[in-house]
Amino acid sequence: MSFLADNFTLLRDAFLTTLSLAVVSGICALVIGTLLTAMRVSPVAPLRGAAGFYVEVFRNTPLTVVFFFLAFGIVQIDLQFPSRFITAVAALSLYTAAFVSEALRSGINSVPPGQAEAARALGLDFRQTLTSIVLPQAFRTVVPPLGNVWIALAKNTSIAAGFAVTDLTAALQRLTNQNADQLLVVFLAIVCGYLVITLPSAWLIGVIERRTAVLR
Amino acid sequence: MRITRYAATAALLSLALAACSSDAGNENEQAADETAAVETDVEFPEGSTMARLNEAGSITIGTKFDQPGFGLLNPQTQQPEGFDVEIAKIIAAELGIEADDIEWTETVSANREPFIQNGQVDIVVATYTINDTRKQVVDFAGPYYEAGQDIMVAKDNPEGIEGPDDLAGKTVCSVEGSTPAQNIRDNYPEAQLVTYDVYSKCADDLKNGNVQAVTTDNVILTGLVAGSPDAFELVGNPFTAEPYGIGLKKGDDEFRAFINDVLEGAFEDGTWEAAWDRTAGAISGTEAPEPPKVDRY
Repeated sequence: MSFLADNFTLLRDAFLTTLSLAVVSGICALVIGTLLTAMRVSPVAPLRGAAGFYVEVFRNTPLTVVFFFLAFGIVQIDLQFPSRFITAVAALSLYTAAFVSEALRSGINSVPPGQAEAARALGLDFRQTLTSIVLPQAFRTVVPPLGNVWIALAKNTSIAAGFAVTDLTAALQRLTNQNADQLLVVFLAIVCGYLVITLPSAWLIGVIERRTAVLR
Repeated sequence: MRITRYAATAALLSLALAACSSDAGNENEQAADETAAVETDVEFPEGSTMARLNEAGSITIGTKFDQPGFGLLNPQTQQPEGFDVEIAKIIAAELGIEADDIEWTETVSANREPFIQNGQVDIVVATYTINDTRKQVVDFAGPYYEAGQDIMVAKDNPEGIEGPDDLAGKTVCSVEGSTPAQNIRDNYPEAQLVTYDVYSKCADDLKNGNVQAVTTDNVILTGLVAGSPDAFELVGNPFTAEPYGIGLKKGDDEFRAFINDVLEGAFEDGTWEAAWDRTAGAISGTEAPEPPKVDRY
C-alpha cells in the first residue's frame, strides 16, 4: 500500500486529467453535436449536406487517426493547438460530436411529425419549433444512447495517453515499467480510477432517464 | 469443368507456396551458416532447463520486433533480425538448437516480466536494461551490451545542446514509462518533458519543431537518425549506463550461469563482435565496443 501512497500525486493528477478531458470534451461534443443535428434537420439543403458530411467523416474515422491528424497533420499547414491537452480535447470533441449528433437525430425522428406540424400551424418558426417543441422531447428519448456516448468518451480519453497527455493510461504505462513487482496493484488502481468516473455516470444516467420519462 | 479449373488453380497455388517456402528455407540456412555453429553433442545435468530445452529441440525467445539494429521484424521472412536476435541465436546454438527451431515472440517493454513469469517465453533478449526492481521478479544473465542515454537534436544542433544539463528550459521528448524519461524527471527537472507512447511521434515533433530534443538509449536514437539523416543528429554524449541483460525465470541459477558462460565465450572467440558488425554496427556505422563484464550476482 505504501506504493500507492508514494505515487499518490501522480495518480491523483492523472485521474483529474482524465476526468477533465472527459468533462470538457463531453460539453464541447454536446454543443457541437446539437448544432450539427439542428443543421441536419434544417430546411436549408447546403447545411444538411455539410452536417451529414461531417458526421460521416468523423463517425467513420478511427479516433487515433483524428488525434494523429490534429497533433501532427495540421502542422503541415502551419496550424497548431496551444497545448497538447487542447489538442486532445479538440480530437475527442470533434469525434464524439458525430455520435452525439446521430443519437440526437434518432431522438428527433422519434418525435411524431404531427408535433412539428402542429407547432407550425400555431405559427412558430423553425427555431421556435426546434427549441421549444421538438428538442425537449427528443432529449428525453436520447438519454440512454447519450449515456452510452458519454461512457465511450470517458474511456476514449485513454487515447490521449499516446499523444503526450498524462492521463490514467499514461500513468499506467509509467508505473508498470517502473514497478515490475507491483503490476496487479497498478492495474487495480488505474481500473478503479476509470470506474470512479464511469460507474456513477451510469447510475446518474439511470436517474435522469427515470426523471425525464414521459408517458406518450 | 469448373471444378477441374478450381483444382488446377489450387494445385498451382500450392506449388507456388511450396516454392516460396523452400526459398525462405534456403535463406534461413544461409543465415544460420553465418552464425555460430550449432552444438550437436552436448550433455547437460539432468533436470536442468538446458537439458529440457535441448531435449525439446526448440526454445521460445522474446525479443523486440520494432527496434532497428537490435530486433526488427523482416516483413519478407517474418523473422526478426538484429543484434539481440544474433545473441539469442548464439545461446540457442550452444543449447543444440537450430536457428530455425527458435520460436520468436514479440515482447514490448511492458510485458517482458509477465511473459517470463508465466513461462510464455524461455528467455527475453529485448534491449532489456538490468535494474534492481526488475531483479525482484526476474533474473538477468549478462550484460551483453552497455547502452547509454543520449540526446537527439535537429540537424546541425540549432539549440547547441551538448549534454543533459543543456536541456534546462528546453522541451525534450521521450516515451512514457521509459527509464530515460524517469531519469529526466528525477535528475533534470528543469527540462520540460513531453511523453508519447512511441519514439516515432517524438521524432515527428522534433521535425515539426514542437520539441527541441529527443532523449533515450543511444541505440534507439541511432536507429532514428539512420532513418532520417538529413533531419536529425545524435549528440553522442551518453550520460547513463544501461546494461542490457537476458531475462530469465527468477531462481534458475543454473541456466543463468550457463548463459553467462556462453556470453563470455562469445566475447572471447569473436562471435559477439561479428554479430555486432552484421547488425547494429552495420546500421550505425560504428565499430564493436569493448564487450561488457558479465555480472554474476
